Amino acid sequence: MNAPSLVLPTPPPNLRPSKRTRVLPGFGLTLGFALLYLSLIILLPLAATFVKTAGLTWAQFWDTVTSTRVLASYRVTFGISLLAALFNVPMGVILAWVLVRYEFPGRKVVDALVDLPFALPTAVAGIALTAIYAKTGWFGQFLEPMGIKVAYAPAGIWVALTFIGLPFVVRTVQPILEELEPEIEEAASSLGATRLQTILRVVLPGLYPAIITGFALAFARAVGEYGSVVFISGNMPLRTEITPLLIITKLEQYDYAGATALAVVMLLVSFALLLGIQFVQRRFARGNRA
Amino acid sequence: MKTLVSSLLLAAGLAAPLSAQKNIELLNVSYDPTREVYVEFNAAFARHWKAKTGDTVTVKQSHGGSSRQARSVIDGLPADVVTLALAADIDALHTNGNYLPADWQKRLPRNSAPYTSTLAFLVRKGNPKGIKDWPDLIRSGVSVITPNPKTSGVARWNYLAAWGYALEASGGDQTKAHDFVTALYKNVPVLDSGARGSSTTFAERGIGDVLINWENELLLTKKLRPDDFEIIVPSVSILAEPTVAWVDKVVARKKTAEVAKAYLEYLYTPEGQEIFAKHFYRPHLPEVLAKYESQYPKLRLFTIDEVFGGWTKATKDHFADGATFDRIYVK
Repeated sequence: MNAPSLVLPTPPPNLRPSKRTRVLPGFGLTLGFALLYLSLIILLPLAATFVKTAGLTWAQFWDTVTSTRVLASYRVTFGISLLAALFNVPMGVILAWVLVRYEFPGRKVVDALVDLPFALPTAVAGIALTAIYAKTGWFGQFLEPMGIKVAYAPAGIWVALTFIGLPFVVRTVQPILEELEPEIEEAASSLGATRLQTILRVVLPGLYPAIITGFALAFARAVGEYGSVVFISGNMPLRTEITPLLIITKLEQYDYAGATALAVVMLLVSFALLLGIQFVQRRFARGNRA
Repeated sequence: MKTLVSSLLLAAGLAAPLSAQKNIELLNVSYDPTREVYVEFNAAFARHWKAKTGDTVTVKQSHGGSSRQARSVIDGLPADVVTLALAADIDALHTNGNYLPADWQKRLPRNSAPYTSTLAFLVRKGNPKGIKDWPDLIRSGVSVITPNPKTSGVARWNYLAAWGYALEASGGDQTKAHDFVTALYKNVPVLDSGARGSSTTFAERGIGDVLINWENELLLTKKLRPDDFEIIVPSVSILAEPTVAWVDKVVARKKTAEVAKAYLEYLYTPEGQEIFAKHFYRPHLPEVLAKYESQYPKLRLFTIDEVFGGWTKATKDHFADGATFDRIYVK
């Protein structure tokens, strides 16, 4: 048997890339394709919403997007989406951790279950959750006598938004966890770190960028959610009315300009938030490397 | 290749004179609770048309919230006829894209409303809250289920029925009517986006003491679940007139004007009226009405024209942004 050679074989000269090549042709071509595709699929429809809004004067636009009911709906939509996404972060990380680090019977089934909210029509989720949490439902019949009202209350919106947002956190954290080798934790503990220190100093820092991405995705998804929420929220003006419902309401009144005005505000706020989250994520990623 | 093309041309040329009996397809865009009745009506009309002209007509149906359906037509759904919950939704086809003339409602008898209905109450068996008439709906501790007038056609009828009642009870005092309707909506715990959603909330979820809904939907619920609910008929309610029209722009393009008109006119015949009566709509024809009279409770009905000055005005006064419905919640 030959001892393994320590000298790496040099590739024959004809295989060594003379300059950096890539499998997809030219940068110009691929970027052009990427931009065209993005424009057709994303930018064009978005531009259309801005154009439809142009039917309003600035004053009308401002009145539409700052009326009392609309302001209340921003608080409900963005506030509860934030709470739901924040809740999904620890829960999603734990779920991902269990799925990656432990072998147990039925793991594949649990893994598949995580994706269900992706596939399920959200209206079905809304109807099912309402059935469970209404005062005649499985949970509702116990919760309501205790004074906890979930269906037709802000808590119901939170339940729905948590439900639809969960897979985003799990699925972004999971692959990173898979790459994080258990040996690193063993090394930490052999060097005298407590379990908490290992989690805080060793495990979590590697996960931060993925966690922040997962949070951002779950949050963005929740902000745009309509189907599940209209069934469980009760849609009471000022209390449980979400902005997407007000958009639909305006469309029902053939007020296309007003509807798109609200859509534009949601787009701008969401885009600003996502951009901000990206900045934070970059900071974390850089902090890790340093 | 040449032979293929020429044989195709030949086949097309031969086929044309053979198909003297045409196959016609109509699309009827309607609102939710008419799904079942139009299935039956369409079959009856197809038989009638076949006997009269020899042509086979297939009527496709599309159902959904009334104004959402109107919007689909505005956005290009090729509806030959629209049969919607309120005239305002068909008016929208005139104002957004001029799909039909402004005076469409005058083209068919009775303001283009071949069948009518009204609004009544559904309560739980034994009527535990003792609900008899409109004033009971504003008592404290009574919870009322009605959908959101901003998104549902029937909800607008419900709202206007309550307003009309209060107006009459107070001798025409608009402020008192406004107070009455405000008090009523303070008793509404859930504003579903549509009529079927409200029925589910009330019947399946067990929320609320009373549901306001179409008379025909209530009679149907009562027929399906006679042991769970009771129908309460108020002393006075609004005459709901769902309206129908052919869509000029579409029928001109599809060359279906003749059959589309015949389809709607058939709604007014004894056969058509009978089918609607069987599904608990109120027919116009006296002989059909007489036959089914026992199923319709007696109550006084007022029309939207006499109390609210028509749909356009009612929409502007009550359901536009910042109008009376919004002021119930936002002072």
